Amino acid sequence: MKKIGVFVCWCGSNIAATVDVKAVVEACKKEPNVVFAEDYQYICSEIGQNKMADAIRDYKLDGVVICSCSPRMHEATFRKTAEKAGLNPYMIEVANIREQCSWIHKDIEEGTEKAIVLARTAIAKVLLNAPLQAGESKVTKRALVIGGGIAGIQSALDIADAGFEVDIVEKKPSIGGKMSQLDKTFPTLDCSACILTPKMVDVSAHEKINIFAYSEVEAVSGFVGNFTAKIRQKARYVDTAKCTGCRACMEKCPSKKSLNEFNAGLDTRPAIYIPFAQAVPNKATIDPNACIKLKTGKCGICSKVCTAGAIDYEQKDQIIEREYGAIVVATGYNIINLDKFNELGYSDCKDVITSLEFERLTNAAGPTKGHLICPSDGREPKKIVFVQCVGSRGLRPCDKQYCSKICCMYTAKHAMLLREKHPETEVYVFYIDVRTPGKNYDEFYRRAVEQYGVHYIKGQVGKVIEKDGHLEVQASDLLADEQLHIDADLVVLAAAIEADDTARKIGTMLTASMDTNDFFTEAHAKLKPVESPTAGIFLSGMCQGPKDIPDTVAQAGAAAVKVIGLLSKDTLKCNACVASPNENMCNGCSLCATVCPYGAITYVDKEFRIPGGVQVRRVSQVNEAICQGCGACTVACMSGAMDLKGFTNKEIMAEVESICK
Amino acid sequence: MQNLKLREKIEEMSGVSVLKCMRCGKCSATCPNYDEMEFHPHQFVYFVEKGEIDKLANSKSIYTCLSCMACVERCPRQVEPAKIIEAVKLLQIRKQGNNHLKPEQVSVSLDPELPAQALTSAFRKYSK
Repeated sequence: MKKIGVFVCWCGSNIAATVDVKAVVEACKKEPNVVFAEDYQYICSEIGQNKMADAIRDYKLDGVVICSCSPRMHEATFRKTAEKAGLNPYMIEVANIREQCSWIHKDIEEGTEKAIVLARTAIAKVLLNAPLQAGESKVTKRALVIGGGIAGIQSALDIADAGFEVDIVEKKPSIGGKMSQLDKTFPTLDCSACILTPKMVDVSAHEKINIFAYSEVEAVSGFVGNFTAKIRQKARYVDTAKCTGCRACMEKCPSKKSLNEFNAGLDTRPAIYIPFAQAVPNKATIDPNACIKLKTGKCGICSKVCTAGAIDYEQKDQIIEREYGAIVVATGYNIINLDKFNELGYSDCKDVITSLEFERLTNAAGPTKGHLICPSDGREPKKIVFVQCVGSRGLRPCDKQYCSKICCMYTAKHAMLLREKHPETEVYVFYIDVRTPGKNYDEFYRRAVEQYGVHYIKGQVGKVIEKDGHLEVQASDLLADEQLHIDADLVVLAAAIEADDTARKIGTMLTASMDTNDFFTEAHAKLKPVESPTAGIFLSGMCQGPKDIPDTVAQAGAAAVKVIGLLSKDTLKCNACVASPNENMCNGCSLCATVCPYGAITYVDKEFRIPGGVQVRRVSQVNEAICQGCGACTVACMSGAMDLKGFTNKEIMAEVESICK
Repeated sequence: MQNLKLREKIEEMSGVSVLKCMRCGKCSATCPNYDEMEFHPHQFVYFVEKGEIDKLANSKSIYTCLSCMACVERCPRQVEPAKIIEAVKLLQIRKQGNNHLKPEQVSVSLDPELPAQALTSAFRKYSK
């Protein structure tokens, strides 16, 4: 006869206030096979765990049921305790009488009744539990970082500094991301390039870091510790080994009309280009959509002026396959398309610009060398209107429901810098709320108001139209309860941010879950904020949700620590609760392999002895290292051949029966 | 909170939930007839939220709203202020003898500069 022990936890008053724990203990004692039942204030405490270990030894228990909080909280704790006391950790069952019982019931009688049912159910299951052994898999000691912005850079540097190899895959010709486009950074107003470019140089000089710029991840297979990624290195039409970054080709290129992405489209660049002065790698790239030679076969000027002989019009995309133990997603963000906000005139008026364009217009390395002008006619703006929450916090299809988080601070920065550089200007900021939580953040915003005299107006802008070379801004001032008409020179829109458009593709590739906004979801909103629910995938920066540079760098470091923790192991314990097919029942239909989201199931031809000979049948086989124990195959299997260890059909039916008793 | 029952009534009639409003002021920023209105679109939403509906019902604003629906179109929270104004208006004119616009008045008060939309809106409230 199997001997079962039951522990009922009070969880202080969390459980004991709504569940009569003594009554649960008494009810459990009456269940068959239960040789020991006890209640205690906190079973997760050291004393509680010792009580459990003692009971396992003293009563020679074959299984233990703990009636406590959710197994997501302490199952691992109790399993460890059981293992130390010599019991297989999978002979533990947790009956959740807190989240599923005491917290949702007010009536103690009802609560107790339900707790008893839950306890009985767990007893029924643990009686059928079998001891399980987790397998092991090797860890490839190299990390992949997808995205080369500040998030990816920081994660890569931290991982590499711990001694592990890192590959950064960046889709643009240079790493640096959005931060390289910014002028100053809040709240200290240090120059963005001055703090970013040293990090970019560190990345390129680090012997453990490989940069795959102008490249994209095309496919990922495998599982935690053993990923394989296919990386497409797009053709630059320039041999990077030869290119010296001298820029002679850029000067001579006759096709100079492509919009300069780095300057937010405010000026143009040649077809062969290096995006900015501090680009890493400092190598030229030919834009095949603009290059005359690639389009028509005539021209070839760049190859004539290149003294290094680096130009190669025949270059093709290359596919590189590499193995990794962990993957950091750092795909970043973009600002939304403003076409749907035509009342603000972004598409019609040249002098209505986005904040990112404003950054470039005030940046010393920008198209105007930092001289702020109206893009329409080059005059210096005297009256500037900033509009916050453009596309943020709305419910319409064109809106984002979330707060973009960074706009309040960068608008305060823009307004402040404007007033400092040009004290003669009048600056208005229209806001719904000013949200500036963060160290020295509110002080920063107050400085814009109090010290720099920026007019902050509670209200929104309803209409912007161009009239006689000026912008007529119609807005509301809710506190004064009036409609304002401002004759402005420049309107700057704080456009909402959104996840980069490559995020969804990468999320699908990695089977990493995402929310409806295409931001990656964390494994736990509070306790696992940098881990994806998919093992081995970590999140860094804006790809997980709006955040500023300090938060991004902090998160990037945190993700790196998790990666280092993973890569420092030689082997990983696999999940013991994996699928296992009964070969005698398997009919070889392949349905399980089709539904498996991890590619853990393959089919093999196997010989079976039958009366009078040998029969070859096609049967399902599970790679236990890859299986995550999701159970999709067990549900799909029509012949009932597939079972999930630790959650077998028998065990689940026993639970159901016990509830219905 | 003055008259929450009336607020519920307005919400039911307009199909609008005033609590969705985040007080951004986009409606009043958009309103083309702002200067003619005693109470402005954002105030309609706010006063309905507070249940102070009599104030709105007795105001000329319910007739000066052009029903151009610009505020409905632009409201990022889909609060739709014009529908609230319309509901307050209906509440008022459904009371017998409270017709604001008599048909015989139309010809004399017809102003050539009056937007056609205002006339349509005015007739809508007269029709019952």
